[in-house]
Amino acid sequence: MSLGEYLVKNWDRLLELTVEHAVIVLIALAIATVVGVTVGIATYRTQRPSKIALAVAGIFLTIPSFALFGLLIAPLGLGAKPAIVALVLYALLPILRNTIAGLRAVDPAVVESAQGMGMGRWQRLVRIELPLAWPIVITGVRVSAMITVGIAAIAAVINGPGLGKDIFRALARVGTPTAVSQALSATLGIIAIGILLDVGFLLLGKLTTSRGIRD
Amino acid sequence: MTDTVQRSAATGEPMIRLEGLTKRFPGQAEPAVDALDLEVPRGEIVILVGPSGCGKTTTMRLINRLIEPTSGRIVIDGEDVTKVDPDNLRRRIGYVIQQVGLFPHMTVADNIATVPRLLKWKEERIRARVDELLDLVGLDPSAYRHRYPKQLSGGQRQRAGVARALSADPPVMLMDEPFGAIDPITRERLQNEFLRLQQEIRKTIVFVTHDIDEAIKMGDRIAILRQGSRVAQYDTPEHILSAPADDFVADFIGAGASLKRLNLTRVHDVELAQWPTATSDTARDEILATLQSSDKGAVLILDAQRRPLRWVAARDIQRTDRPLMETGLVAEAVVEAHATLNDALNEMLRSNYGVAIVVDSSGAYQGAVDFGTVSGAVQELRRAARAAARAPVSGGASTGETVR
Ligand SMILES: Nc1ncnc2c1ncn2[C@@H]1O[C@H](COP(=O)(O)OP(=O)(O)OP(=O)(O)O)[C@@H](O)[C@H]1O
Ligand SMILES: [Mg+2]
Repeated sequence: MSLGEYLVKNWDRLLELTVEHAVIVLIALAIATVVGVTVGIATYRTQRPSKIALAVAGIFLTIPSFALFGLLIAPLGLGAKPAIVALVLYALLPILRNTIAGLRAVDPAVVESAQGMGMGRWQRLVRIELPLAWPIVITGVRVSAMITVGIAAIAAVINGPGLGKDIFRALARVGTPTAVSQALSATLGIIAIGILLDVGFLLLGKLTTSRGIRD
Repeated sequence: MTDTVQRSAATGEPMIRLEGLTKRFPGQAEPAVDALDLEVPRGEIVILVGPSGCGKTTTMRLINRLIEPTSGRIVIDGEDVTKVDPDNLRRRIGYVIQQVGLFPHMTVADNIATVPRLLKWKEERIRARVDELLDLVGLDPSAYRHRYPKQLSGGQRQRAGVARALSADPPVMLMDEPFGAIDPITRERLQNEFLRLQQEIRKTIVFVTHDIDEAIKMGDRIAILRQGSRVAQYDTPEHILSAPADDFVADFIGAGASLKRLNLTRVHDVELAQWPTATSDTARDEILATLQSSDKGAVLILDAQRRPLRWVAARDIQRTDRPLMETGLVAEAVVEAHATLNDALNEMLRSNYGVAIVVDSSGAYQGAVDFGTVSGAVQELRRAARAAARAPVSGGASTGETVR
């Protein structure tokens, strides 16, 4: 069966898997953004804590994905939950690193004048520092999106949702007439999600960045 | 400093009083600010001037408590503010830093609205205030309100920074080298505009610079500081120029102190030279006749509102019969009457006829400053300085110690 015929016959199933795939990636990114930005805010002013946080997030990224998914079965069982947790751990480093870099890149003169005008610590953070760091933070989220879209396919080994299911099924049936088309269509789906997220976050970044600091 | 004490006694409590203010940064042998006593009278501009690293910025940051003092007191308007809530304190003190520090992600209007919003003013009051301030600093509200800082020139940013510091009408302003990073011509214009503004707003201003000429021009009083913010001399510009307290001050003022006095004299204080004038429809013969009977080389053509247009010399008229407005030279080198003689001298040196044209605030011709005017003023200043030096010095040397 050619890829075209396969797609025509299975498009509704493919679409469903694609949506599932995109949804767990987006959920993981949302959680990783909250955690990464929070940890970034808590540590960017200090040397040691920020180094430790970055090192830990870096270690997550070096754990082979098969191993990490496997390790999470014991505490969290099978399915979507451990899949999302694993993806969050992978997504953390770029977001955390960019949050710290972005907040540190804010012009100290701007922060000093905010403080000199009587803005408290929290107001400075929310109204001055975060908006100025935001373009860098969202670039980190974009990088994390690229990393997690691919890794999310592996979540199928622990019964996670997404296009990985089709890839693993195809691998189990190598040699049958539809195996190649099945694996290929799932892979193309993943690439499509990747491109959509990339463009999506690029646009989101543009829309949520003040005109005064857009280049 | 008997002079200071007497004056502030006469006008009541000084606006800012620093008492034994000291800041010792951790790990540094010498304090950055060492037991500084200083009184800033209400409504005056006090200049802090001194070599780099002597503690000027640290002193400013101590006043609005961006840095907490190691010891000493800060009293503003009779109230000891050394222990009050710093954020509330800072909303009552305008602060302009050298790098301006406008918020790049906010429009000019939002930048200026920062403190009023912190103080929870109503939006329409804020909007009116923003426009008023933009007008005040010479930025057309309709053109600049919605611009972002990156869409402004350096000079316009400084103006926006000053407007922002004035937003909640604070009685006290701290200005740390506000015109530092600007080309000399724009800087001179901003200085003049700021002095005119101060005539209206009468704030109590502490102004930092490392440029003694700027200090002389801008200051009602100047505190010359040495290492550790120690006051070498605190006095009026006139006294500092005519009676420097010690060698450190004399060195700091540098050579050419009498030339620096040109910064103390305003154009409206001297007798202006009068050059022949005409309008664009004056007959050519008439102009030639005027020039023949005058010792000046050109006539100044004015428009209907008496604003200077062109310089026209006799040979310009004789050479061609083109209309007056197409002969001669454009009238440049224009100064306003409140400019200093030094500004006028600078303009003069750049002009074609060695003349700076003086206009009033509506741009109408008042007279001219030429070499005769300047040399007359210098002689007058010398005479005054000699008289001052002979008189007993009051409020001059604050310390009897000798330097180096
Ligand atoms: N936050 C700080 N921590 C430690 N030392 C500091 C700090 N701020 C200033 N200093 C030191 O205090 C001294 C005075 O610095 P300050 O910035 O007040 O000088 P300044 O007179 O403003 O100089 P300039 O004309 O160069 O701006 C310097 O020796 C400086 O190194
Ligand atoms: Mg400084």
